[in-house]
Amino acid sequence: MRQTQDELSTTFQALADPTRRAILARLAQGEATVGELAEPFDLSLPGISKHLKMLQRAGLITQGRKAQWRPCRLETDRLKDVSDWVGRYRHIWEERFDRIDEVLRDLQKEERPNGHSDPNRGEPHDS
Amino acid sequence: MTADLTIDRETLQLTMSRVFDAPRELVFKAYTDPELFARWWGPARYENIVEKFDVRPGGEWRVIQRAADGGTHVFYGVHREVVPPERIVATFEYEPFAGHVMVNTADFEDVEGKTRLTVTTQYSSIEDLEGMVQSGMESGARESWDRLAALLATV
Repeated sequence: MRQTQDELSTTFQALADPTRRAILARLAQGEATVGELAEPFDLSLPGISKHLKMLQRAGLITQGRKAQWRPCRLETDRLKDVSDWVGRYRHIWEERFDRIDEVLRDLQKEERPNGHSDPNRGEPHDS
Repeated sequence: MTADLTIDRETLQLTMSRVFDAPRELVFKAYTDPELFARWWGPARYENIVEKFDVRPGGEWRVIQRAADGGTHVFYGVHREVVPPERIVATFEYEPFAGHVMVNTADFEDVEGKTRLTVTTQYSSIEDLEGMVQSGMESGARESWDRLAALLATV
């Protein structure tokens, strides 16, 4: 399922806060009540509620309907989209870096017999 | 060897960085020599055909990636800043999403004879980012809690 751009934007915004990321990390271990989530952060209940609302709006968590208990739970679909995108970017550049490494090794092999790097190719030699 | 990835979520800017065991001039050359560029820009299963590669401020570049089945992807842009052997800034567009411009900045930093290469991609809008996601490679890896945890650790 593709998100609309606004949804993804909201997701990024929601992730852009260490407390909210810590809440998500806690929820990755299982459901928790608002009180349980507030505890480690030294936050007031209204304070934690504000964060939870943002996470809910971003589709990152849902809150149960049962009165009193109302546990929060992690919704993984939205995180998956962000994770997919970031992972793909990382993968592309890691592959490129690996190949740059190979190219550099080849170049150094070619140049080693002369003992010096190749000063041509039009770059200024600033050493 | 892994690279460092950092994400600026507010600005949708992604940064990858790695130290290469080679002098800065050589890493810069690998990045700016069209023949060498074609060897690493990948993905590996595509052949890179460098049509234009004018590494000067205002100079255009255009690369066609050809898959084994003949399918092609066209990428192009303009070099904005060229400071050998320190920095290259170039715009990046993918033909099906022409007009959605990304800006790639590559910084080459001397680290005791080695070179730290830092590449930053600036997306101008979420829509551009989404376009790249959709045009990107199919994701082979199945999602797992590990990966979500890893994401939470990086963002």
